[in-house]
Amino acid sequence: MKFVDEFRDAQAAKKYTDAIHNLVTRPWTIMEICGGQTHSIVRFGILDLLPAGINLVHGPGCPVCVTPLETIDKALAIAAKPNVIFCSFGDMLRVPGSHSDLQSIRAAGGDVRIVYSPLDCLAIAQNNPERTVVFFAIGFETTAPGNAMLVKRAEQLGLRNLFVLVSHVLVPPAIEAILSSPQNNVQGFLAAGHVCTIMGMQDYEVLAQKYQVPMVVTGFEPLDILQGLYMCIKQLEQGTVRAENQYSRSVLEQGNHPAQQIIAEVFQVLPRKWRGMGEIPQSGWGLSEKYRAFDAEQHFGLGAMQVNEPPDCISGQVLRGVKKPYECAAFGTRCTPDHPLGATMVSGEGACAAYYKYRREEIT
Amino acid sequence: MSQTSFEDIACPLPITTHPRVLMAHGGGGRLMNQLIDAMFRAIFTEVQPHDGAVMAFPQDKLVMTTDSFVVRPLFFPGGDIGMMAVNGTINDLAMCGAKPLYLSVAFILEEGLEMTTLWRVIQSMRQAADAAGVKIVTGDTKVVERGHGDGIYINTTGIGVLQSEQSINPSQVQLSDAVLISGDIGRHGMAVLMQRENLSFSSPIASDCAPLTRPVMALLEAGIAVHCLRDATRGGLAAVLNEVAAVSGFQIDCSETAIPVDSTVQSLCELLGFDPLQVANEGRFACFVAAKDATQALEILQHFDSRAAQIGSVVDGRPGLVSLQTAIGGSRILDMPSGELLPRIC
Repeated sequence: MKFVDEFRDAQAAKKYTDAIHNLVTRPWTIMEICGGQTHSIVRFGILDLLPAGINLVHGPGCPVCVTPLETIDKALAIAAKPNVIFCSFGDMLRVPGSHSDLQSIRAAGGDVRIVYSPLDCLAIAQNNPERTVVFFAIGFETTAPGNAMLVKRAEQLGLRNLFVLVSHVLVPPAIEAILSSPQNNVQGFLAAGHVCTIMGMQDYEVLAQKYQVPMVVTGFEPLDILQGLYMCIKQLEQGTVRAENQYSRSVLEQGNHPAQQIIAEVFQVLPRKWRGMGEIPQSGWGLSEKYRAFDAEQHFGLGAMQVNEPPDCISGQVLRGVKKPYECAAFGTRCTPDHPLGATMVSGEGACAAYYKYRREEIT
Repeated sequence: MSQTSFEDIACPLPITTHPRVLMAHGGGGRLMNQLIDAMFRAIFTEVQPHDGAVMAFPQDKLVMTTDSFVVRPLFFPGGDIGMMAVNGTINDLAMCGAKPLYLSVAFILEEGLEMTTLWRVIQSMRQAADAAGVKIVTGDTKVVERGHGDGIYINTTGIGVLQSEQSINPSQVQLSDAVLISGDIGRHGMAVLMQRENLSFSSPIASDCAPLTRPVMALLEAGIAVHCLRDATRGGLAAVLNEVAAVSGFQIDCSETAIPVDSTVQSLCELLGFDPLQVANEGRFACFVAAKDATQALEILQHFDSRAAQIGSVVDGRPGLVSLQTAIGGSRILDMPSGELLPRIC
């Protein structure tokens, strides 16, 4: 398959792993930010190919994982209402709230639908004028332009039965939260290629300089990740600090301007709770004043709902790179993908789920 | 397997008085008898006019299996629910090493179903049964109220005759057996998904729905030491390999690059975040044969589908584990799929 097979070539992978082995003189701890990268690292067995001293820790870049329990509970409350059609990206269906999940709400009679594009909700709302359609607008900067476009089109079409439950999160504030923590042990970052495709690289250069940590904007195929690691390790070994672009076939320095414009029009920055990490200042997007009429929380009067995380889950430490999934007493026993206790086990891209799915053999 | 074109089937719809299925069509009275006589018996000509069928069998071991079919949409590129209901049960018999002889067919129809739809489905069933040389000898019809079904549900039960002295099941798998797959994987699940979700893609994907009796019989007739056969339906190849590894008590090692996946299927899976190894097939089977027979078995399978491949082998490792060598030379666990395939957000 074109544009995929080239990036999964065993010989090219060997060239990079050999180069990495030749480069490394001492241990380094590197965090890949994005859940898609974590997924690739474990799916393709990349850990097997790296020198023992390279410690990869898996960051908080799985939008499904970090959506706060409180927001999931709000989604469940809305989806269970009789006149609602609740639309969501597929992998949110399995994510447990405090007492249930969207799959169970659907089985109990709730009209929960998987959409492949946020814009699918427009036709659903138009075809069901007597019902209330709610879209669960989650994700990082990557999904924000599509979600913003849904709201803008709904406004243009004059749809009054369509609302969005927004829980957008932003990568740079999360990196800053990790780097400014006294427990931080991360020395270099693979930044998320798709997020930077939208937002550009400027924020990462600022972070690299402020915290003196190399940042390499990296793609998602195995060769992307190996090349990203090579570039990051090279900076670490040489003592240089800058934001570099491995994923140049997709990422421009300035990002995607039209996408940034629609985001700026529809959303505004606000503090956001992260599942497992708590509240991070200026780390999310909510609807801007102009589009507040589409806010599902406001429409259903759920703004005041507050929910706390279960105490026996270490996902916050996993998301900050302080602990590995298998260092949790519940990993693979009380906590599995079928019965997840917390953020990092709930989605296939979460670090705990990825370890469980692909590597538990050597752990348990 | 070429795609069936229903427009080629010339038989006109025999019931014109009622364009849709009514509750009365399942009520045991005149309308039900009219439906059975004019439609089912017109097509399933070997159904006997009684509550059951009397059949003749050779003096062999019999194999019996049953399966129910629910699929939305009822028609998809490369097949339909009727073709699936016939081939699915035939294939379960084939996986036991049996040649199918007879099928029963039970319909649960939803009130309001268009008669033309039912007519297309039963003609497709007849076509599939003829192609596999199996007779549909008895059946049943029920009608449920509108909104209580997805148009048509079908149950088929099949009886076949065992063609081999060898016992063919997962507990027969032996150390160093070769693991073969009969063709490329993932097409059926993706074809149905694309049709159901109205996803447009430049090159269409047709289901792999097909009867597997001929390749299985060819393996047995050639004297291949076949230890286990499993059609890779729900849960895909990943589920099959995990089930066989668990029952046999061996580890199975497979190579990701050896597993044939059509590039369109691969693209769509990449786009939606699916693993083709977990996607359903309706005409593909995994085959565990003695290592000495691997080459010959592969030649036979490739005679029916050039994409058939040896994908791995049975090894002495951790019992029940399926390990996959990845494209770039790493390795990972190939896990049992958790259930519903859900597309990933990004």
